[in-house]
Amino acid sequence: MTSARGTSWRSKLPAPLVIPAVLAALASLAPLAYLVDVAFDRGAGYLWDELWQRRTFDLVVRSGLLAACVTIASVVISVPLAWAVMRSDLRGRRLWRVALALPLAIPSYLAAFAWISWESSLAGFWGAFLVLTAVSYPYVYLPLTAAFGRLDQSLDEIATIHGKGSVPRLIVLAARQCRGTIAAGSLLVALYVLSDFGAVATMRYDAFTWVIYGAYRAGFNPTRAAVLAVVLVLIALVLVAAEAAARGRVVSTMTTRAVAKPRPIRLRSLAVWFQTAIIAVTGLAVLFPMWRILVWVTSHGADDGVGDVASALWGSVRYSLVAACITVLVALPIGLLVARYRTRTSLLLDRATYITHALPGIVVAISMVFIGVRFLRPVYLESPLLVLAYVALFLPVAVGGVRASAEQIPLGLDDVARSLGSGPMSVIRRVNIPLIAPGIASATALVTLAAMKELPVTMLLRPTGTETLATRLWTHTSVSDYAAAGPYALAIIVFVAIPTAIATLER
Amino acid sequence: MHTSRRRTRHAIAAVIATVSVIAACGGDDAGTTTDTTTVDDNSAPSDTNPCDGASGSLTVYSGRSEKLVADLYAQFTSDTGVTVDARYGDSGELAGQILTEDSATPADVFFSQDAGALGAVSQSGLFAELPASTLDRVPVGFRAVTNDWVGASGRVRVIVYNPELAPTPPTTVDELLDPAWKGKIGFAPTNASWQSFVTALRVTRGEDAARTWLQAFADNEPVAYEKNAAVRDAVNAGEVPLGLVNHYYLYEKIAAEGADAVVAENQYLPGDIGGLVNVAGAGVLGNSDNARAAQCFVSYLVSDAGQEYFVSKSFEYPLVDGIEQFDGQPAFDELDPPAIDLSDLSSIAETQELLADVGLLTL
Repeated sequence: MTSARGTSWRSKLPAPLVIPAVLAALASLAPLAYLVDVAFDRGAGYLWDELWQRRTFDLVVRSGLLAACVTIASVVISVPLAWAVMRSDLRGRRLWRVALALPLAIPSYLAAFAWISWESSLAGFWGAFLVLTAVSYPYVYLPLTAAFGRLDQSLDEIATIHGKGSVPRLIVLAARQCRGTIAAGSLLVALYVLSDFGAVATMRYDAFTWVIYGAYRAGFNPTRAAVLAVVLVLIALVLVAAEAAARGRVVSTMTTRAVAKPRPIRLRSLAVWFQTAIIAVTGLAVLFPMWRILVWVTSHGADDGVGDVASALWGSVRYSLVAACITVLVALPIGLLVARYRTRTSLLLDRATYITHALPGIVVAISMVFIGVRFLRPVYLESPLLVLAYVALFLPVAVGGVRASAEQIPLGLDDVARSLGSGPMSVIRRVNIPLIAPGIASATALVTLAAMKELPVTMLLRPTGTETLATRLWTHTSVSDYAAAGPYALAIIVFVAIPTAIATLER
Repeated sequence: MHTSRRRTRHAIAAVIATVSVIAACGGDDAGTTTDTTTVDDNSAPSDTNPCDGASGSLTVYSGRSEKLVADLYAQFTSDTGVTVDARYGDSGELAGQILTEDSATPADVFFSQDAGALGAVSQSGLFAELPASTLDRVPVGFRAVTNDWVGASGRVRVIVYNPELAPTPPTTVDELLDPAWKGKIGFAPTNASWQSFVTALRVTRGEDAARTWLQAFADNEPVAYEKNAAVRDAVNAGEVPLGLVNHYYLYEKIAAEGADAVVAENQYLPGDIGGLVNVAGAGVLGNSDNARAAQCFVSYLVSDAGQEYFVSKSFEYPLVDGIEQFDGQPAFDELDPPAIDLSDLSSIAETQELLADVGLLTL
């Protein structure tokens, strides 16, 4: 009876959510429209010629290999460690919980500079693999800690009663329950790798973004760049579809008693292995780059004064915070729709937002230049356009956060509220939103961090005369002036690491 | 597919040939006017001084770094009253931005690190013509054949060498192909100046001869470095005896670390294609809403004050007659660089494709 009613109202999407969601998805696709336009600029024949070339195929293989390896490594790192810091009696787990999320604070180009300035022979696949794994595994780890934290502990108890309570079995059991979260995180990692520019450029690994950048920058050949970017979008679409398949049907076994603290599982002799793994991961991903930055800062004097660093910091904070708040507002309708109303339309809206995220920043930047100068001239190279570009770029990060937390609320709660006479929007407002408030907060933090780290879009769209930590850092490191780059690198670490810690501690 | 590309290459070669002929003819014409213009622009009559009546503010897309030119822009503002909003970035990227913005670009001036990026903007017809009073400050060959950009400072390709390992360095790029130098040449495959040199090779010798040279160069197993500074440091440290870089890298190292720390020396290549002189330069955007101030800005770069600034700050060559160059460099007249239209250095896409074909660059 209840379930039949639940299904019927759940297939009818409330217009107050659908309209803003459709608008947001369409706006986030604007850069793609530009790409397709430019890709066909020289006709379909040219496009075909560019596509069916050996080197285009090689590029797909090289980028795909890197994305696959980094994604697998990220899952392998995140699942056991997230489980250990959330579900076990590991000593210092509250500290480790935060420390393991910190690599999110480190921009890929900064990590890459740290490694290559120390050992130049790292250049190539392994260097890119190392750096990208180190900076992107938190995309799996972070949502997973949230999901593990809300996992119903009765499952652990049942498994133990049935004699299947060994630590590896419990990890596998927990991971199975959070398959959707792992799949969503893996998708973010794979898309991050495909669109990352800083690490592959510094490690000189010839991935898509490096070649696309070359076509724009040195070749003055927007068509080839656009064709390659379209290929990248197609790969992203395949990934997005694969993730949807892997996610499968999400069975909600989350506890409604979110405040109840699960009883930690004893690790016993396994604890030393977990401690070693965590120290190794945080050492490579956090301590090493920090040590390099300290070496730069303490090497002979930097040229830029405190004033320069402060004004760059203010630039970074201002734009990132404004962009994050707007992004989460825009993401809310889509995230709620897809989590609470699982229809084809809501899924499509959700997937649409991922496309721009898969584009390399440099491509989005040039697209926004094209669109901005023609259709948004009054705000071109002013703050609103930069904020808009951030929103388009980081929408899926926010949607993912909102969705992940909204999915954990049992659908039955909505049914109960509906049966008591609440309208659809009233359920959203009074039942869903209060429950996902922590998810909203962490999504805001995630987008703030992403925007503070972002480089190419910031570089091309920032208001003339404005500098941010990222643009200053890039200017100095691109001429290998590591001493001058030091203070900016340090500021990024400190001011991006703090919100990361906050976002992690919230849970 | 392949034949169509070859046809495109032939078409490009034909265009290059035509442009070169025009360049040669135009050169003579402009050359005669050069002599009639005097160096003292401060006393020039008011109708030829672009800075008369210049006011307001300018948006400058600056491919030259803030560290290098911020003081110059401040000096310009205090001399003329025109304020400068500088947008710093990579020259190629800024050129790409201008081409994407097209006629709606908010830029009034594009100040580029190399001529290729200026050529790309010039070929798209987005630059306005510069007055003779600005153009004629600079010798023909270091400004646009189309009169829409002007060089501000010169950057010379050289072989930097370690005298202990290479007492008699090559004097031409063809000597680099000698098997004696196998595995002993450092270069920076992704560096814009190296690619400009290869572009010049293509433009002057043609596609086939350029391919032959590059193939032989690749067979000589040159050692790849990340950037010019790394090549220079490797030569100085004795890792590799020779390096292909720009001339000023050596002087930067001497200025930073003292003459005692530097054993490397520059081998200039007068009369050889290897001794290409590229320029940093600027043009005024055709749709500038403050064209007068923009023209004033570009004229300032080639004024005595502007030229002296570059000599003192960057170890580059001044391009205006009578400006004292940096001590210890050969005289500008003795460089005898290859005669090419620097705007043609914009055909970098073709250069990169060729480099990829011979295995010197991964695309």
